[in-house]
Amino acid sequence: MAKKTNLEIVDQLVAETDYDRYIIQLSKKHERAIETKDLTVTYDGLKYAMNPATIAFEKNKITSLIGGSGSGKSTFLRSLNRMNDDVATVGGQILYQGVDLNAPEIDVFEVRKRIGMVFQRPNPFAKSIYDNITFALTQRGKYSRVELDEIVETSLKNAALWDQVKDSLDKSALQLSGGQQQRLVIARALALKPDILLLDEPASALDPKSTMQIEETLVNLKNNYSIIIVTHNMQQAARISDYTAFFNMGKLIEYDLTRKIFTRPKVKLTDDYVSGNFG
Amino acid sequence: MNDELYQQLTKKSISTKKDNFGKRLSLFALILIGLVVFAILFFVVSRGLSTFTLDQINPFNFVFGTQWNPGKTDEAGNQLVGALPMIVGSFAVTFLSALVATPFAIGTALFVTEVSPKWGNKIMQPVIELLVGIPSVVYGFIGLAVVVPAVRNATGGTGFGIFSGVVVLFVMILPTITSMTIDALRNVPGHMRESAYAIGATPWQTIYKVVLRAAIPGILTAIVFGLARAFGEALAVQMVVGNSPVMPDGLFSPAATLTSVLTQGIGNTTDGSLANDVLWSLAMILLLMSLLFNTIIRRIANRRALK
Repeated sequence: MAKKTNLEIVDQLVAETDYDRYIIQLSKKHERAIETKDLTVTYDGLKYAMNPATIAFEKNKITSLIGGSGSGKSTFLRSLNRMNDDVATVGGQILYQGVDLNAPEIDVFEVRKRIGMVFQRPNPFAKSIYDNITFALTQRGKYSRVELDEIVETSLKNAALWDQVKDSLDKSALQLSGGQQQRLVIARALALKPDILLLDEPASALDPKSTMQIEETLVNLKNNYSIIIVTHNMQQAARISDYTAFFNMGKLIEYDLTRKIFTRPKVKLTDDYVSGNFG
Repeated sequence: MNDELYQQLTKKSISTKKDNFGKRLSLFALILIGLVVFAILFFVVSRGLSTFTLDQINPFNFVFGTQWNPGKTDEAGNQLVGALPMIVGSFAVTFLSALVATPFAIGTALFVTEVSPKWGNKIMQPVIELLVGIPSVVYGFIGLAVVVPAVRNATGGTGFGIFSGVVVLFVMILPTITSMTIDALRNVPGHMRESAYAIGATPWQTIYKVVLRAAIPGILTAIVFGLARAFGEALAVQMVVGNSPVMPDGLFSPAATLTSVLTQGIGNTTDGSLANDVLWSLAMILLLMSLLFNTIIRRIANRRALK
């Protein structure tokens, strides 16, 4: 009989093990930001890109989603504010304050106002710094100049960018450095006053100093926002997050307090991954 | 369940309605264009086929016959409606002009993108774009005034013929192929060039083995666009090709193309006559050919997308 490759062994382990007992449940006293019940994603309608995942995220905490490339962590994250709508079929429930966001009658544009998202590449619009932040607001309602000014200022302050750009709000956002652009994009998301901020590897295209600034920004933000962040950087997850969820090959493997995941994970796969012995 | 939130999340906002309206608007535009295209196809094909249905012309004789004199019959009583001379004429001027234009176009494009981007961007590209916009009658007029007399002096014939048509079309399609080739070369990512230089390739090796190879689908698309333009060009060709619907026996003998016969004849025939019907059949052949060119372009573009 042919010897199994490592990948096949892992595959088999994942298939055989009942991982639900490695997913911690939040108790009653923990307020929930958002939770999923048997959330699945398929791209072709046949095979799960994301196997049924049931997980609850605590309010005003930072949760890291970690795992290798193709583990499904980004797919999972994008499902939370229905960014996968036109790309994939998402099954199961996404519960936000008791409402199932995955229901067909839900207005996805309203959902995305409450659940903001920041992507890997800094992607400011080709507008001024000011207009980048006010864009979504002016599309959706009437605001006076004073109100807009105030929102721009608070958003930029929250994203720790105000001091650097307060004199050049009319300049093109594309002239900012990568790290500044990423914080501008965060400010843009904050301008809508969302509850939850989803970040898909927000610092992986940035240098260490900008990364550090983004991390500080996120830690400061968690007083007012619940943050879910996908990251490839294990130190980053360990540094900033309260909870960590480990994904592997389209499956949620283990979910626990960050310090437990990084010191004594219950699943060997998780241990291998966080200690760098993986693959 | 949080009812208030549910209300907020499910009520259709004005923006959502506008979004749906926009979707319907663009769908309507699509349907309208689709209808127009379908109507043109239907019209040309139904009129074009009447040659074979109403007038009982054998399609084989139409496509491969070499005598073109609608309304006249030969001794056996067959209508003289052989379109082969025009088909050959059209293909000859089209492919010869593309054959000559392509090397020049690629050379120019390489100069603009690879050899001297600064000079190319400033001077060459505006000039090329200007050439694309010149009306074809101007090209035809210059052909008539310059090319035809020159050919007449050189060869001793009338000067009208396939060669003159090729020269005029060459000048016409050169800017088209060039500017599209420039786009194709520009789309080759800069890191490919850097990677080639980094393993010690010379600029020429980089251009020939890396950049051009990567741009092949784009360049092919450019050439097919040039072919399509040359094939469909009527006026400029008509002014210099000689308009004699006989099998061309050389580059310098007068000939005719599908388009030149159409523009000449369509005003001089009566609706419903055989002479008119066969012109529609020629138009149908033209239409089918441009469909073919389009299909080829799409095929190439799809192959590029797969990479």
